[in-house]
Amino acid sequence: MTRIGLIRLVVIVALVGVLELACRTGLIDHRVIIPPSEMASALWTLLVSGSLDADIARTLGLIGLVTALSIVLGFAAGIAIHALPRLRGALDPFFATYYAVPIFIFYPVLIAIFGLSLMPIVLIGVATAIVAMIIATLNGLDRVPRVLGKVARVHRLGRVATALQLQLPAAAPYLFTGIKLAVSYGFIAVIAAEFILSPAGLGRDIADAYADFNNRRMYALILFLLIVATLLNAVLHGLDMRFAARRSGGRL
Amino acid sequence: MNAAPVPPDVHAELKGVTRIYPAVPGAGAQMPIQALGPVDLDLGRGEFFAVVGPSGCGKSTFLEVLAGLQKPTAGSVIFEGKPVSGQVPEGIGVVFQEDASFPWLTVWDNVAFGLRRSGVAAPEVRRRVEDAIAFMGLKDFARAYPSQLSGGMRQRVCIARTLVLQPRLILLDEPFGALDAQTRLLMGDEVLRLWRRTGATVLLITHALDEAAMLADRVGAMSARPGRFIEIIATGWPRERDSTIVGEAAFGEITGRLWERLRGESLKALGHSGVSAMAAE
Repeated sequence: MTRIGLIRLVVIVALVGVLELACRTGLIDHRVIIPPSEMASALWTLLVSGSLDADIARTLGLIGLVTALSIVLGFAAGIAIHALPRLRGALDPFFATYYAVPIFIFYPVLIAIFGLSLMPIVLIGVATAIVAMIIATLNGLDRVPRVLGKVARVHRLGRVATALQLQLPAAAPYLFTGIKLAVSYGFIAVIAAEFILSPAGLGRDIADAYADFNNRRMYALILFLLIVATLLNAVLHGLDMRFAARRSGGRL
Repeated sequence: MNAAPVPPDVHAELKGVTRIYPAVPGAGAQMPIQALGPVDLDLGRGEFFAVVGPSGCGKSTFLEVLAGLQKPTAGSVIFEGKPVSGQVPEGIGVVFQEDASFPWLTVWDNVAFGLRRSGVAAPEVRRRVEDAIAFMGLKDFARAYPSQLSGGMRQRVCIARTLVLQPRLILLDEPFGALDAQTRLLMGDEVLRLWRRTGATVLLITHALDEAAMLADRVGAMSARPGRFIEIIATGWPRERDSTIVGEAAFGEITGRLWERLRGESLKALGHSGVSAMAAE
């Protein structure tokens, strides 16, 4: 572990320790927050019982589906918009202000149209995540050095080969930023949509536990989502660092 | 030093080539811009030809038209007896001024890129890539990524990527523009070595008069935009030469003559009132 990694771990452990102490000494009311050790123990009990399996599968499956759709459709839309400068000129103001609009206000509309099914969650998730991928794709393609286009022509590459063999790898660092954002937005959107209105899923479970004053269950579920989100981001960050190191290693 | 002899075996020829960029009002170009020409030039098979001229005179446009990267507005380009128009013919390799190495590939994979694209068998790819890498002095860096190399070494990677395809006409567009003077001299030696070994025809675009005078058999001096050849000077150097010729008296004569021809054009290219007054002095 690096020195910075060690410092990070110490900070986290210290914060958890402070919270544990505050809860155990009564500084924080047990009805508001339970000690982290109790959250972990409750989560372990839930996981071992298998009662969460269906909700975990549903929620993580939805996050995967939303993320995959956002990445694939966002990438394709980004390429198409990049190839049509006038369309891009028309859409740019929408992209610039997109995340200033609370997309979730459309969730009830989607439920009204599609009913209380998976579809509104998938649509609101994709609507939340896709624009990050489109913007990242446009940024990436903008930054492909023009000289690579000339190199492609010197090598007599066709349009598809140029896109796949030169433009895509050249734009990859920006695309990866889009992928990371799409995963994060997809995660947030699915949990939030389930929390607001859904027949099942981890978000729904947290909402139910909150309504029932079942703090042990609620904090166990929150802890589970925190762990999953942290692990997911750690994996993506690790991959990003690996690619970045390859591209920008120290000069000899 | 002589004026333009006609090459005995013409490898590529340009006849009355002009290039006019159309007006693009939204992008700031209110009027069409004539960047080049008319230009006439015969490139001899196996010769080393350099083009010098003031900034913005159309040198790179000239190279791109010859390469087939741009279509001439008028005139014709012939390479090995066939017309060139809007597509780079097989047998032409180009090294650009900008770093065109692929940062996501190792040096080895960068150099192998074109061969793999052409469907060359793996053992032949290996042989030719190893040869090109060794020739360009990159053997110890074959597994490195471009980001780990200096600018000069990255340019060597691009030259090796061109060299490995065994082009018969190599076009170099200010490939050493971003390098310091000493490195440029050494890179010049490497290009001469490459030229002698491959027997290819080489056309070098440069803004450095000394570089052109040292490397080329003939140097074409280009006017301010629209670029035309105002003089083509034969250097008279032997084929076996290197950067040590910069100490010879003839080298000073050639660069002096080039500067004599280009000084007024460079002032014209700079263009405005204060500069015009200087030119008049």
